[in-house]
Amino acid sequence: MLAKDLTDKEYLYGHKACPGCSLGIVGRLTMKVLGEKTVVCLPASCMSTVTTQYPQMNYTTPSLTSSFPASAAVIAGMAAAYKAMGVEDVNVVSFAGDGGTADIGLQALSGAVEQGQKFIYICYDNEAYMNTGIQGSGLTPMGATTTTTPAGACSFGETHVKKNMFEIMMAHRIPYCATASTSYPNDLVTKVEKAKNTNGPSFIHIMAPCPTGWGFASELTVEIGRMAVECGMWSLMEYQDGKVTVNKFADKPKDVTPYLKAQRRFSHLNEEQIALITAQRDKELAIIRGWAKQ
Amino acid sequence: MSEQVKMFLNGDEAVAWAVRLCRPDVVSAYPITPQTIVVEKISEFVADGLMKCQYMHVESEHSAMASAMGASLAGARTFTATSSQGLAYMCEMLHYVSGSRFPIVMMNANRTLAAPWNIFGDQRDSISQRDSGWIQVYVENGQEALDMIIQAYRIAEHEKVYLPVMVNLDGFVNTHTYEMVEVPAQEDVDAFLPPFKSLNAVDFEHPKSYCISAGTDWNMEFRQQQQQATLDAEAVIQAVDKEYGAAFGRSYGGMLEEYRMEDAEVCLVALGSVNGTIKEVVDSLRGEGKKVGLVKLRFIRPFPRDYFKALAGRVKAVGIVSRDLSFGYEGAIGSEVKAAMQGAGTAVPAVNFVAGLAGRDIPRGTIAEMYQKLERAADGGAYQDMEMVDMRW
Amino acid sequence: MKGKPEIDHSFRRPVGAAEMPLGPCADAGILVEGNAGWRTMRPVVDREKCVKCMICWTLCPDGVIDREVNIDMDFCKGCGLCAHECPRKAITMVKEGEEA
Repeated sequence: MLAKDLTDKEYLYGHKACPGCSLGIVGRLTMKVLGEKTVVCLPASCMSTVTTQYPQMNYTTPSLTSSFPASAAVIAGMAAAYKAMGVEDVNVVSFAGDGGTADIGLQALSGAVEQGQKFIYICYDNEAYMNTGIQGSGLTPMGATTTTTPAGACSFGETHVKKNMFEIMMAHRIPYCATASTSYPNDLVTKVEKAKNTNGPSFIHIMAPCPTGWGFASELTVEIGRMAVECGMWSLMEYQDGKVTVNKFADKPKDVTPYLKAQRRFSHLNEEQIALITAQRDKELAIIRGWAKQ
Repeated sequence: MSEQVKMFLNGDEAVAWAVRLCRPDVVSAYPITPQTIVVEKISEFVADGLMKCQYMHVESEHSAMASAMGASLAGARTFTATSSQGLAYMCEMLHYVSGSRFPIVMMNANRTLAAPWNIFGDQRDSISQRDSGWIQVYVENGQEALDMIIQAYRIAEHEKVYLPVMVNLDGFVNTHTYEMVEVPAQEDVDAFLPPFKSLNAVDFEHPKSYCISAGTDWNMEFRQQQQQATLDAEAVIQAVDKEYGAAFGRSYGGMLEEYRMEDAEVCLVALGSVNGTIKEVVDSLRGEGKKVGLVKLRFIRPFPRDYFKALAGRVKAVGIVSRDLSFGYEGAIGSEVKAAMQGAGTAVPAVNFVAGLAGRDIPRGTIAEMYQKLERAADGGAYQDMEMVDMRW
Repeated sequence: MKGKPEIDHSFRRPVGAAEMPLGPCADAGILVEGNAGWRTMRPVVDREKCVKCMICWTLCPDGVIDREVNIDMDFCKGCGLCAHECPRKAITMVKEGEEA
């Protein structure tokens, strides 16, 4: 599926996200695939904040702002209701941030996936709590400085590795899950289409670079996302019918240094620290390489 | 009307039967003692094809209420049930649901809150949620529990209300005690409670954004609207109770029930199952010629302020039996009854008896002592504003 | 602009309790103001170079570009992503207030 062949109709328009913010790409392209019979659920996040500034409502389809931990439970409940009432042509989708997914929303997401209702859960991952001012989340990568994992004399920023939501969802034996990136729109919309056609819960983890929180110029959003994949810091994969397909990964990755140095959040890192991040990247890539060879 | 079937049910089972008769589209719940029998029984009804609904066995009470909210937004009639820690855990969603005006019905099995940890009954769980925007009713027995679940949907779904309703049963005393319960026929409940057509559901012809933020410029207007709907619920509660009485032969007085209050000089005010015992004590004391009465308070939100304002002019002393305690002050409903009576401008001695916390029994003798203390206060004797009764020392 | 949601200048806030919606909700897709004021740079399209590959149309975070590569200047924030990603260098960013 090619993104450029999607409808001209805009279902998300006039929002108040920062210039160059990738959440606009996530919302626009996803909604072009899902269409107007879609209910959008937004837990507390950048997306809910910038699309529902009363009276300006930027989604043209029905939507709701759910509580922070509960978006997966809310859409599972909606899906159950539509099933109970015999309604079959409605999509329910949640756009949640990384914190809303991997931290406070993880329990409800796990429970909702186990319920088996048909819904689409999209995590747009900008790797920190951006809406509240760039605090570290479970998906903040090692070495990133945030306002709650600041680099300093005794700290090189976030010390933990990024939680692996793809594997967590695989472990649920979810009917469909995938990773994607706003820098690869054709791959992204293909995955949304697959999620739409999945009879059960689906999960898509989209890397969504953030000019404000990561510290790069607004025109570079797509380039930074591309660099992440090319240097092996992010890969495009999917899991369906119990099998992993690797769509794009860096078998021979580029040096991570240009990717890191292009962003203010990593600008403090020295060579030794970059070597640690490289070693961690290599471990992750080894796992993905194993899947790719299957 | 078809004949009602007499069944030997405990309070939880009576609730499950009522839910079945109300035909919800979605039930989402998480098990917790002493509510568990409700969700087990509903699960059985669903498994046996006796209830056509989506039963969601969610992973927490927070998600139970969140799923109920999502389902209600989609236009479904929904039910959930919880207790104690579970109610505390879903606290965030309680406010979300009431503020967004979803007419969800929930049964709460009143149980104390940890710590100290205990599974037995008091009302600290629900009374600590009295500001959550839910209509709250407390029942005395299994029959009333069944009847109030059915009434609760009519109240919640009334166009002037559109608020969630919490039906409270005292843990174990109500939930696990077997009684003969009259169960109405399905067609009669169908006639009383028509299918739910939500005024607050997703409509693709007129798409809306729901549960939106409202800033300083609009937020208070939404609160005013919520306040008015809750106040308007009082008339709806009274009307639904009368209509239910006409249809099924049982009514409960709506907001509250007066028991032998005609010429009463002193009275107790109480919530829930203890009213059954108090009625027996009243009968016994009346037999001795004492002018005692009881106000069985049923709804605490909305609160019958005008009734208590008037009560101050009718009696010489009032005691409020509280199975809850707001530490550092007194039982919260005790404070509210006293405050409402102050509005009359006549000072009536009022004592808040905090009793029966964490399942401790409130025996007849203790209740009789409360009446004695009130009689002394009515005669000008000394009294305490608040006392914890039946303590070890 | 054709195909894009537009600012609704007729929007009126409720003037009394009777006009309040049931709970905090509002009509979807209502736009009462644009984002043009955020812009310090504006995209200018060179029609000779543009081959309408639709990369800018696809990637614009605000969806302000149409199939003919016209740009809805009411809502363009001037992020410059379109210019940066254009494979033909057909879009240049020009400072607001200055000539292309």
